[in-house]
Amino acid sequence: MIASTLIIVGGLLSVFAIVLLRGAPALSISMVTQTPKGGYYLGKEGGVLNAIVGSLYLAGGATVLALIVSLPTALYLNEYAIRSKLASFTRQSLDVLWSVPSIIYGVFGFTLMIYLGMRASLLGGILALTLLELPIMIRAMDEVMKMIPIKMREASYALGATKLETTVNVIARQALPGVVMAILLAMGRAIGDAASVLFTAGYSDNVPSSLFDPAASLPLAVFFQLGTPFPEVQQRAYASGFILLVIVLSLSIASRLLTKRFMKYVIK
Amino acid sequence: MSMAKPHISIQNLNVSYEGHCGLKDITVDIPKNQVTAIIGPSGCGKTTLLKSLNRLIDLVDGVNVSGKVLIDGVNIFDNGIDVTNLRKKMGLIAQTPNPLPMSIYDNIAYGPRIHGVKDKNKLDQIVEHCLEAASLWNEVKNRLKEPASRLSIGQQQRVCLARALAVEPEVLLCDEPTSALDPISAKHIEGQLLTLKKDYTIVFVTHILRQAKRLGDYVIFLYFGEIVEHGPAEKVLTNPSEPRTQAYLKGEIS
Repeated sequence: MIASTLIIVGGLLSVFAIVLLRGAPALSISMVTQTPKGGYYLGKEGGVLNAIVGSLYLAGGATVLALIVSLPTALYLNEYAIRSKLASFTRQSLDVLWSVPSIIYGVFGFTLMIYLGMRASLLGGILALTLLELPIMIRAMDEVMKMIPIKMREASYALGATKLETTVNVIARQALPGVVMAILLAMGRAIGDAASVLFTAGYSDNVPSSLFDPAASLPLAVFFQLGTPFPEVQQRAYASGFILLVIVLSLSIASRLLTKRFMKYVIK
Repeated sequence: MSMAKPHISIQNLNVSYEGHCGLKDITVDIPKNQVTAIIGPSGCGKTTLLKSLNRLIDLVDGVNVSGKVLIDGVNIFDNGIDVTNLRKKMGLIAQTPNPLPMSIYDNIAYGPRIHGVKDKNKLDQIVEHCLEAASLWNEVKNRLKEPASRLSIGQQQRVCLARALAVEPEVLLCDEPTSALDPISAKHIEGQLLTLKKDYTIVFVTHILRQAKRLGDYVIFLYFGEIVEHGPAEKVLTNPSEPRTQAYLKGEIS
């Protein structure tokens, strides 16, 4: 038990330590407040604000879109299509989609965009990430809702509630902490993904000002900067990675706090 | 005791789950404003019978129901029946407390709210009145905003009773409501039901004979999905005419 704890915690700490140590020389306030200076991502000046904002836009947009689809889908699977063939087929498909590598979503999105005559853009990236998030979000919510005991539904029905009233007022409320967890899990996955935005969102030194501008992202900032032959730029890759780690860690902590908060009324 | 006016009239009710039989040809009248105790061993169809009365049985997969259940003269299995309205009329207290994932106040107000009560003062009144009726008001009046799950099991069951009362039912269906409770909470609930029977028809499932004696005015003995005997409590519980009832009362079969 202690050994496994040490391995897990040690792993996390060493990732943080290495990224921080190697990125420390490049870490500064300007890193998070400025866009790159000195020409494309090879610049040794300025910061990666373009990638930070780009990543937040991309993952935020995708999370909102995915949520709009996921919550009703998960509720439908559990309250309306109970044990139906449609439900089990949907679950099976989602499980397959979950395991599709993100580069495939990227290539798929890219092909679609060429077909539609779209350029690499924030919108394209958001849509590709939405595809990536959907199976994660739906299945995570689905698993939580599956755990809700039938007697809770009966309690509501026995009072003369309709299916919709039960779903919205009771099931959604009981599942709320799990729903929050699912949203942040999917968002955490999306914000750290490089492959699906590589072709769809492109990269840019500017903060995108419209949905049709290309958008930079932190994982790609790491990828491109580390691929240069210049040690100073490589340091900036580690610094960008550290910023990404901090964002993901904050998401994870936020999810814990929110979940705890929403647990208050949940029946265990 | 003479047979009071029937409130619920069950006629040739058959329920089967995917081929295997739950209830066989049940025909019995349930008297108004009395406590009808349904007794019988576990798995004999007591809960199935209860759930047929508010059509919660509809939620079970592959269930097949035939026959009639007349409540106020209307067959509840008729096509045109508004099931939500039926369930509103038939309050249910489950075997184990099943509070909703919300505050004590919202648990009670949930029913009235979905049936259209929006006025805050009116809801406050309903909540207070129903908690009083479940003899819980004094214990929770200062913590109405707390989650219902923080109450003790006994208190939770009284929240469920109050919640059932809040939609102004005519009938209370109780499915072994004290089986998960400690003796003191069980006594509370029993006392409450005895007080409530002047306003409600109560159908009470139990496998505790002493409880059936304490509460029941009318007794139905179910055995393997069939009614063996039914009649006024004194008759069935002290001087049964069927050999199987005699054997059950003596504890020879269970």
